[in-house]
Amino acid sequence: MTKIVVAVKYVPDATGDRTFTSDNTVDREGVDGLLSELDEYAVEQALQVVEAGEGEVTVVTVGPEDAADAVRKALQMGADAGVHVVDDAIAGSDAFATSLVLAKAIEKLEYDLVFFGMASTDAGMGIVPTLVAERLGLPAVTFASEITVDGDTVTIRRDGDVASQEITASGKVVVSVTDQTGEARYPSFKGIMAAKKKPIDEWSLADLGLEASEVGGDNAWTAVDSTTPRPPRTAGEVVTDEGDGGAKLVEFLASKKFV
Amino acid sequence: MSEVLVLIDAPEGKVTKPSLELLTIARRIGEPSAVVFGSEVPSQLAEYGAEKIYQLDDAVYADYLVGPKAEALSQLVADKSPAAVLVPSTFEGKEIAARVALKASSGFITDAVDVSVDGDTITTTQSVFAGNFTVDAKITAGTPVIAVKPNSTAPEATSGAGTVEAVSVDVSDAAKGAKITSTKVKEASGRPELTEAAIVVSGGRGTGGDFSEVEAFADSLGAAVGASRAAVDSGWYPHSFQVGQTGKVVSPQLYVANGISGAIQHRAGMQTSKTIVAVNKDDEAPIFELVDFGVVGDLKTVLPQATEEVVKRKG
Repeated sequence: MTKIVVAVKYVPDATGDRTFTSDNTVDREGVDGLLSELDEYAVEQALQVVEAGEGEVTVVTVGPEDAADAVRKALQMGADAGVHVVDDAIAGSDAFATSLVLAKAIEKLEYDLVFFGMASTDAGMGIVPTLVAERLGLPAVTFASEITVDGDTVTIRRDGDVASQEITASGKVVVSVTDQTGEARYPSFKGIMAAKKKPIDEWSLADLGLEASEVGGDNAWTAVDSTTPRPPRTAGEVVTDEGDGGAKLVEFLASKKFV
Repeated sequence: MSEVLVLIDAPEGKVTKPSLELLTIARRIGEPSAVVFGSEVPSQLAEYGAEKIYQLDDAVYADYLVGPKAEALSQLVADKSPAAVLVPSTFEGKEIAARVALKASSGFITDAVDVSVDGDTITTTQSVFAGNFTVDAKITAGTPVIAVKPNSTAPEATSGAGTVEAVSVDVSDAAKGAKITSTKVKEASGRPELTEAAIVVSGGRGTGGDFSEVEAFADSLGAAVGASRAAVDSGWYPHSFQVGQTGKVVSPQLYVANGISGAIQHRAGMQTSKTIVAVNKDDEAPIFELVDFGVVGDLKTVLPQATEEVVKRKG
């Protein structure tokens, strides 16, 4: 019986027109939100581990009201239960505060393994898994391209730039997975119907024994001074190849001193 | 002047270019102190301005994932009270720094593309949302910890004292949870590292799976080779060469996209490149909205001609 908690994030759709609000936080109203694509791989891997033996998958998210959509998507994929930590005081939290809330929520659940996507598709820092592990005092095996769970031991393959490594840890372990672990499933019609009956518990900061002063934008350890849209690139010259396309290309490169 | 701790990445004893960039950036803030794990102290550290070099030589750092390195760097932060800590914005660099920052209750900024200093104030610049926004930010708590992306500055050689100080740290058992049981070093391609290269030439669906024209053109320019997600997902090129949201984010002087339509997923990985050039059969490919110069045509004929022309010009 393996109990896996998967932590997921609700993010603005990367194909939408993402922007910032006047207080320099990510605008979560103007663009449709969804389950971060990179977290789908974590849900998929957790489901595969459980399906290969016995167990259950609980999905947890921290975010505003709409973030329940991310949990629901994971339930449709096949996760068993969801937890949504929602509290106005959490708005604007940095990665450290987010990791605190997640660690408290995970502690409240029964679990053997904790899965994360490798990074969010909005902030993209990729450090929340390691921070949650640090807070929970657990080993972290991160950026997995392949995961093997054998009894209480987790072994991953991590493909770096200069080397491919095998890393192993035992007991309760935090795992983060990359998109190299394999396609995530689409929810089936049956899965979508079944998800309607699955519970999503709502927890507040008080439920986790946390104070508002421990989280939120005002208590972040970093502050954004300004956010500036990048000037749009003006399209340059485009020529059609009439047998001299390659030569023209090099002519351009030479004019910019690349050749 | 106070010291700035710089986490050095030096696989096989060779300091990476991004690490040399960090030493250069550190000099804007204070005196660079290099932190190096392993038995070797590369001479480049002093040649690029390291005044002190803290050497941590213990098998524990190679045997386990980030935990021991994070404890060691944390101890140095506690002992030396540096003005800032700079790390490379790699998976490992960010994970180590995140833990160091948490232990010290210090703010942490990842993926900085620039670091500027005005008196005691350090401001970082990041490029976010697929390069559509730049964000200026400050660290407001503790010792600023900053992960800096490759190509954020040009490394400047300058002689530093390079005084080596061996440091030993009692690593806790808790930090030894994730054991590295095997390491297979990848074969070097002989080309520049993708995220560090001044020129990147990449291929996508339009290659049809054959990267030979892309590679030949890259080699004529001394460039790194990249690939789109479509090409990687088709199994045509290894994932470590993928440019895009779920792969590498590159910001070279010149980016040449061949047979790549320019979906948001790809643009997220390359649109902060200084100069962008594309070759694509489809004149309506979105990539042409970004380019400084584009050729509508078949890369199978355009690239060989371009390669020949470059070789000719280089004599």
